[in-house]
Amino acid sequence: MGSEAMKINLKVWRQPNSKAEGKFETYQLNEVSPDMSFLEMFDVLNEQLITDGGEPVAFDHDCREGICGMCSMFINGRPHGPKQGITTCQLHMRSFKDGDTIVVEPWRAQSFPVIKDLSVDRSAFDRIIASGGFVSVNTGNAVDANSILIPKDTADEAFAAATCIGCGACVAACKNSSAMLFVSAKVSQLSLLPQGKAERENRVIAMVDQMDKEGFGSCTNTGACSAECPKEIDLSNIARMNREYVRAKLVSK
Amino acid sequence: MKVLQFLFTSSIGRKVLMALTGLFLILFLVIHLMGNLQLLKHDEGYAFNKYAWFMTSNPLIKTVSYLLYATILLHAFKGLYLVFANRKARGAKSYGSYNGNANSHWTSRNMGILGTLILAFIIGHMSDFWWEYKFGDIPWTKYETSITDESTMVTDITSENHGVHIRMGVAGDKEVFITKDLYKETVEAFEEGWLVALYLLAMAAIAFHLWHGFSSAFQTLGMNHPRWNPLINGLGKAFSILVPLGFAIIPLYVYLLK
Amino acid sequence: MSNKLDSKTPAGPLAEKWTQYRSTVPLVNPANKRNLEVIVVGTGLAGASAAATLAELGYKVKAFCFQDSPRRAHSIAAQGGINAAKNYQNDGDSVYRLFYDTIKGGDYRAREGNVYRLAEVSVNIIDQCVAQGVPFAREYGGTLSNRSFGGTQVQRTFYAAGQTGQQLLLGAYSALERQVGLGNVKMYARHEMLDVVTIDGKARGIIARNLVSGKLERHFGHAVLLCTGGYGNVFYLSTNAMGSNVTAAWKAHRKGAYFGNPCFTQIHPTCIPVSGHYQSKLTLMSESLRNDGRIWVPKQIDDKRHPNDIPEEERDYYLERRYPAFGNLVPRDIASRAAKERCDAGYGVGPSKMAVYLDFAYNLKNKYGRAEASKLGIDNPDDATLLRLGREVVKEKYGNLFDMYKQITNEDPYEVPMRIYPAVHYTMGGLWVDYELMTTVPGLYALGEANFSDHGANRLGASALMQGLADGYFVAPYTVGSYLSKEIHTKPINTDHEAFVQAEQAVQARLDQFLQVKGTKSVESYHRELGLIMWDKCGMARSEAGLKNAIQEIRALRDDFYKNVRVPGGQFEFNPELDKAGRVADFLELGELMCLDALDRNESCGGHFREEYQTEDGEALRDDEAYRYVAAWEYKGGSDWSLHKEALEYENIKIAQRSYK
Ligand SMILES: Cc1cc2nc3c(=O)[nH]c(=O)nc-3n(C[C@H](O)[C@H](O)[C@H](O)COP(=O)(O)OP(=O)(O)OC[C@H]3O[C@@H](n4cnc5c(N)ncnc54)[C@H](O)[C@@H]3O)c2cc1C
Ligand code: HEM
Ligand code: SF4
Ligand code: FES
Repeated sequence: MGSEAMKINLKVWRQPNSKAEGKFETYQLNEVSPDMSFLEMFDVLNEQLITDGGEPVAFDHDCREGICGMCSMFINGRPHGPKQGITTCQLHMRSFKDGDTIVVEPWRAQSFPVIKDLSVDRSAFDRIIASGGFVSVNTGNAVDANSILIPKDTADEAFAAATCIGCGACVAACKNSSAMLFVSAKVSQLSLLPQGKAERENRVIAMVDQMDKEGFGSCTNTGACSAECPKEIDLSNIARMNREYVRAKLVSK
Repeated sequence: MKVLQFLFTSSIGRKVLMALTGLFLILFLVIHLMGNLQLLKHDEGYAFNKYAWFMTSNPLIKTVSYLLYATILLHAFKGLYLVFANRKARGAKSYGSYNGNANSHWTSRNMGILGTLILAFIIGHMSDFWWEYKFGDIPWTKYETSITDESTMVTDITSENHGVHIRMGVAGDKEVFITKDLYKETVEAFEEGWLVALYLLAMAAIAFHLWHGFSSAFQTLGMNHPRWNPLINGLGKAFSILVPLGFAIIPLYVYLLK
Repeated sequence: MSNKLDSKTPAGPLAEKWTQYRSTVPLVNPANKRNLEVIVVGTGLAGASAAATLAELGYKVKAFCFQDSPRRAHSIAAQGGINAAKNYQNDGDSVYRLFYDTIKGGDYRAREGNVYRLAEVSVNIIDQCVAQGVPFAREYGGTLSNRSFGGTQVQRTFYAAGQTGQQLLLGAYSALERQVGLGNVKMYARHEMLDVVTIDGKARGIIARNLVSGKLERHFGHAVLLCTGGYGNVFYLSTNAMGSNVTAAWKAHRKGAYFGNPCFTQIHPTCIPVSGHYQSKLTLMSESLRNDGRIWVPKQIDDKRHPNDIPEEERDYYLERRYPAFGNLVPRDIASRAAKERCDAGYGVGPSKMAVYLDFAYNLKNKYGRAEASKLGIDNPDDATLLRLGREVVKEKYGNLFDMYKQITNEDPYEVPMRIYPAVHYTMGGLWVDYELMTTVPGLYALGEANFSDHGANRLGASALMQGLADGYFVAPYTVGSYLSKEIHTKPINTDHEAFVQAEQAVQARLDQFLQVKGTKSVESYHRELGLIMWDKCGMARSEAGLKNAIQEIRALRDDFYKNVRVPGGQFEFNPELDKAGRVADFLELGELMCLDALDRNESCGGHFREEYQTEDGEALRDDEAYRYVAAWEYKGGSDWSLHKEALEYENIKIAQRSYK
């Protein structure tokens, strides 16, 4: 704690809007504390830019504790930076060394157009969920919660899949910009639970169709998504989705 | 066939097709290797030529082989299609810095390139051997095996016997087998250093293709289970090393012993 | 007392009020519903559940949020759990007990009728969420699991590891997206509401800014629901998400909605302490940790030893010492003040000395370690084995919280006690609403943390999620329907209407104003300064002199803001600085009102602690005679407000001095 301040060079992608050409700009920060979070370092940079009459770097963030899924920086060639199992906002500067140059870019995918600088449009994910990522139960239709018994292991597995924060790091990391991990996490959660079983065929088909329509790539099973996923969503979810999909295609009417 | 349409129209379907065709090709590799290993027999090509003849004449095998060609084409073109479609999914700009090694194995990120090497090899391989065997000018050999003591007499009949066809039959106490001598053709070819080198390169490409591809196909088909994964992965790694190695031994062996 | 402050609580016995209301409320027939438009601002638990439910009922809904997706609302960050009077543990829970605990926990400053209804529908919430596929924690037998939270002696908190809010919000979000897919809800993400439009005294729409294009938009609605969350960020440092703000509620306030109990702020006892001047937010360590963590400081002032080297008898488990009945599970306000008391007295730990220990070693070993060891049949396990076994259990319960702590502090809480300190967390205050959740502006509703309703002067843990979902799934759909039943003849109003034009012009003028200052100081720097004033003078302890002083400082800061702020860029682009400028400008007004309210309330209750009003042993001293009311402030322009009081009647509960000893 409280160790020496570091010098950090930043190479940051600047792009005024979705239509403009972007380019890298270089900035230097001289007083970076190792206990700062990565985003706090950007706050410091922006403060510096604003007081010097420049334009601050636009980036998405909200909760700053790794749960909202809003932050999204591609740092030194990896989504959410060099550490495993965390988001950009949970990355701390102690993961870097004095004098390091850090390259920061937005997520890049055809389906995630850049809005400005490091902000991208991930509404494709919402449209995928809208296509089928739910249980069709209106408010008031529920039975007593304990009348549905769910084995603990099943509940835990569904929960693990449900922890996806929709950040899009999987898409960003994947060489194919595939959204399979994201989609499979939702498909898995709902197909594991008895509540979701009723609609399992329609759901998987609709969600995969929407995913394809959005222009995401297909899966080569490189595993990059899961390796970079801040919630460590497992690849077995993709296998489950493949299974569900083929099954649905073969059995549904 | 409508039920199978998804294999061509959806992302998961296409992948499943890749996995099914890939697994079929894996199966073929095993059979092909078993045949090839006959080249190592010290029988002046008797077994190998017989195998070659069997493979090109049996109607069932013939059908399967057409299926195989179709599979290769399907696998290759779908694969390349996916490579390009997936590249497009990145959008107009690609990353300034991309550290793929941090999260995935390079083989998995280069299946298209490895596949293309394999494809080039297959084309060369087919024209070298399959085309030559079918239509080219290649040596003819007659094997006469004594039924009583199993000794075989081998005669090169290339120069004298232009009008003959492959024949298998029994004459007196001898089994006579007249054939195009693919064995000799192969052995002679592998005396060329550069060809051996190309072969080895291609085998390496197959090895790396399968290093990722083998277990990947199972994942694609939905088989991912903590209890079975170690087995599938182990098998995949072993397969991707041993099978190409098996293929590679032949040219090496021939070349080193020439 | 103004008659605008009629709470409209239905007559009749407490337990029957809601049933009575529901069975007699006027309904809208399905054909008419399709012609009625409802605007829902905010897609947190309250907003997403309300928008989804109203759409299911057949209304045409437009929903707004400023994040890039409704799934990212701040509710996502809630960790510990959600209460419900299910009594699944058979430990004596009931609707009445949850009601009672909530009123008592709120230090007798909440409205009986609303709270009872909340407790009543709490059970339906759990059913609904489970039906949606929310993966709550379960026991091996397949039933739902519960844990305890502060201020209660029963286990009624349902949870999903340390990510309960996430799972609940994703449930509500999926219900919302389902309606989006069906075309019943039109979703406007990256949109910020910048004003309420009123016509003939009724709320008829909003002005929103598309945060990507920067353009202003007019949206009509027969009713407008504000579900825009709390305003804890007025303190700059809080556990709220960076974007949480008061703007929507504040605009409504300026348009005539009264603001209820603005000074009631919850300071959460267990947060990760500030580490440096660059700090942008504080991270909560869920209250659920107090189930298994013991809070202590060294008995010796300025003890420099490593916590693990301080022997048991030299530790002061001050909560267990002061409040033997509830121990580490006293309500938040009490736990926070106790921590502040110890640190102010010099017993604090860590580099800043503004922290106390939250220690899991005891339960890791003795509670979980031993239980696991006996399950596994290990006799006489050694300490290392106990720790290892206990670690597994604790990991499953709170793993993500422990990881989060380690990420931030670089210390492993399985091995070293956590260092924690109180931080701003929740605002009990908010727009004043009646029993139907309607503000003083007809047709304008406030749901969730944005209203003042159910938590009095202090909210109990795991009750905000409950309230948000109760409001959205089960209350508003009825009460809004009641209002809309009288609106079936109102045709959609064209947004060329004068009122829309004027509202838009006002919003435009304000944006221009920010952009034209062209000063030198960042918006952030003003926010930080405001935060310091608020924390020092309107935070955990307040005094008359401090508050008066704060009001002067806030006014000066506000003047300075409009002279020296620099908002770079322009309006018609994605410009987070401009968005922030509007929010901070509103905080600069709200801060003053909070101080005013705190100054008015000459008593200590719940989270509001006036130094002048305390018992001999430092407990809050309520004044039920003079202050048993909701302070509802009416905006009069500039720095002028007038106070209206809604007296609180307790017919079903005996008011007593809160005691957790
Ligand atoms: C770290 C943390 C942990 C917590 N843990 C718990 C817990 O364990 N149990 C519990 O019961 N409670 C907990 N709480 C409290 C609880 O999470 C919140 O009170 C509750 O989620 C608020 O929900 P909401 O729907 O009212 O608002 P929010 O979830 O805050 O949603 C606000 C919505 O309004 C939108 N919005 C705001 N302003 C505008 C505008 N001007 N224009 C357009 N849209 C706007 C936002 O985009 C967002 O969609 C916790 C809170 C925090 C900070
Ligand atoms: C010996 C021949 C071959 C075998 C045994 C083989 C086997 C496989 C297997 C098992 C897979 C994994 C499928 C999956 O992930 O589900 C695969 C993938 C792939 N193969 Fe082949 N393959 C062969 C030849 C080729 C050829 C000639 C090409 C074409 C150029 C090719 C291109 C690809 C590509 C691009 C992929 C990845 C597809 C994707 O993105 O998912 N392969 N192969
Ligand atoms: S699967 Fe992981 S990487 Fe992908 S969106 Fe979800 S949390 Fe992010
Ligand atoms: S800002 Fe919410 S996950 Fe990073």
